[in-house]
Amino acid sequence: MTGPAPLTAMPIPGRPLRVLLAKVGLDGHDRGLRVVARILRDGGCEVVFAGLRQTPESIAAAAAQEDVDVVGVSMHNGAHLTLAPAVVQALRHAGLDTPVVVGGIVPAVDVGRLHEAGVVGVLGPGASNDEVLATVKHAALTRVSSTPPPAARPSA
Amino acid sequence: MGSVTDPEYGGDRERWQREYDAAPRRDVPFETMSGMPVEPVYGPPGAEMPGQWPYTRGPYASMYRSRLWTMRQFAGFGTAEDTNARFKELLRSGGNGLSTAFDMPTLLGRDSSDPLSKGEVGRAGVAVDTMADMEVLFSGIDLGSVSTSMTVNSAAAAIMAMYVGVGDRTGVERRALSGTIQNDILKEYQAQKEYIFPPRPSVRLVTDLVRFATAELPRWHPVSVSGYHIREAGSTAVQELAFTLANGFAYVEAAIADGMAVDDFAPRLSFFFNAHIDFFEEIAKYRAARRIWARWMRDRYGAADGRSTQLRFHTQTAGVSLTAQQPELNLARVAIEALAGVLGGTQSLHTDSYDEALALPTERAARLALRTQQVIAEESGVVHVADPLGGSWYVESLTDEMESSVEEIFAQLDAAGDGSMLEGVLARIEDGWFCSEIADAAYRFQSDIAAGRWIHVGVNGYTEGDDAETPTLYIDPAVEARQLETLAEIKQRRDDDAVRRSLDRLQREAADPTVNLMPALIEAAASYVTVGETTQALESVFGTWYERPLA
Repeated sequence: MTGPAPLTAMPIPGRPLRVLLAKVGLDGHDRGLRVVARILRDGGCEVVFAGLRQTPESIAAAAAQEDVDVVGVSMHNGAHLTLAPAVVQALRHAGLDTPVVVGGIVPAVDVGRLHEAGVVGVLGPGASNDEVLATVKHAALTRVSSTPPPAARPSA
Repeated sequence: MGSVTDPEYGGDRERWQREYDAAPRRDVPFETMSGMPVEPVYGPPGAEMPGQWPYTRGPYASMYRSRLWTMRQFAGFGTAEDTNARFKELLRSGGNGLSTAFDMPTLLGRDSSDPLSKGEVGRAGVAVDTMADMEVLFSGIDLGSVSTSMTVNSAAAAIMAMYVGVGDRTGVERRALSGTIQNDILKEYQAQKEYIFPPRPSVRLVTDLVRFATAELPRWHPVSVSGYHIREAGSTAVQELAFTLANGFAYVEAAIADGMAVDDFAPRLSFFFNAHIDFFEEIAKYRAARRIWARWMRDRYGAADGRSTQLRFHTQTAGVSLTAQQPELNLARVAIEALAGVLGGTQSLHTDSYDEALALPTERAARLALRTQQVIAEESGVVHVADPLGGSWYVESLTDEMESSVEEIFAQLDAAGDGSMLEGVLARIEDGWFCSEIADAAYRFQSDIAAGRWIHVGVNGYTEGDDAETPTLYIDPAVEARQLETLAEIKQRRDDDAVRRSLDRLQREAADPTVNLMPALIEAAASYVTVGETTQALESVFGTWYERPLA
């Protein structure tokens, strides 16, 4: 397959987009997360794969330590309305403005509520490789346009 | 290696006839709709026969003419009362096997009151904290006359102890208990990810349960070696078969290393495969599975009892093949997949409900799924003939190719373990190889869909018409509160001294690998020790497993 073209717009010029991928809670369905990791890598991103059984706090700590541009969390257990806002909150408490993208099984009626809770993008099971890349890239750009460069951000 | 007409597999037709004549016969006409008589099996002289080595054509001489497969629908949600009611409904509508889904906290050995359980109690299965929940789950059902399947792995020994405890308390003899517990921990590290302890002590727990069942539960299948989850995680059919059988060999080696004789336990091992949508490849997979298992059990592990070499399996249609878009299409997918399982000679079958890409099934959707099996069994006529596709050039060729591809993977695992499949599988779990192989395959498949090389109807093709509302099952959030009350009440009325003694014994015996942990677990269950307390006691000795964070 000819992979999608590498992202040209980088939050930090000269550095690939860095994305943290994690699952929150007990849910072990990591197929989607691992496929997304490969899509992002083939699309020119750097993936920090935190994997299973993360907490909102462990995700915030890893996001700070790895200085990522986007956090992607995957959920398949119907707990997204509780856990996704908690991830956003934990990042903000750590002084990070990192955008959050949610992937997995999210009923259409819940998408608006996730946006209200500060989630920038939601990817369902039918998302194509291009949609995954576009959503993550868009998420990264929302941050670039609204916040000072990373050097000026407080270190958590 | 060779097809069913290979001289090595030359069937003994006279012996087959004797076995066929001696087997029971269902009371239905074995003929086509036009009234043409149908033979129990077809093939040229000298062809391999069903019920004969190496069982490519099925483990029994008469297959479904004697007995249909067990229609075993997986169910479990909410509290034990809710699931008990669903069980009774399934038994009333003609199902003959119970299959239990536990919620995530139970599967991971956590109590409903554990902070990490919040939001998960009773959601994806029934919540079980203590044996009291199991008593309610099976109340009014005679454990001596049903066959129960319990899908649980890392907490399998503790849950099995509760089931035995319920049997003991209701006066059912242990030797009358019939069913299967999944108890397949290796695929958890490879695919499903519901592990607690590190792999080695976990394999000890599996082996303890195998030894206990061999001694006390002659009608119980103590391990269901499962490819289903490996496939759902994204593997190919070849990987599903290779990894599953390799895990099976690993359990066999662990039991032999524990001092058991292969023919004492191997006849009770069973398997669980996926039925995905690639119809002929799936059928070839089941046929190859039986042939490979037979050869390895005889040639490598010295099995002399024929039953040790006969692979028997449960099938479930592929959850990942279902779509949230135009969900009624799933009825067609499930019918095709179920038919593959039947033509492949499955011993039991779960058909997915059409609404499962959206939520847990409603009662109506679950009934339609069961009815799909009944259409195949009663109307289609495919059950009259054993291995009806045997001799098809395409299916025979696929079966042979499946076998040789699987042997290549075995050779790699065997080398990784210096001649031990158990060590090879453990080494490859520890270095993350299985996870990465499966994820690579999932990515290839996803890329094929993205590029339009494979059309998933309703997803990347034929997308018009996704406009109907599908009613979905609603799980009352009050379930969690009710379960917490039950747990608090049990903790109130149990004997605290007995709990302490049971937990002390468990910890002490866990530290001694020569002791079988089942008796201590049964004592703990009967004292209403919770699944979380049991897990913590074992974890304090065994440690906790963390996956290497590799994509």
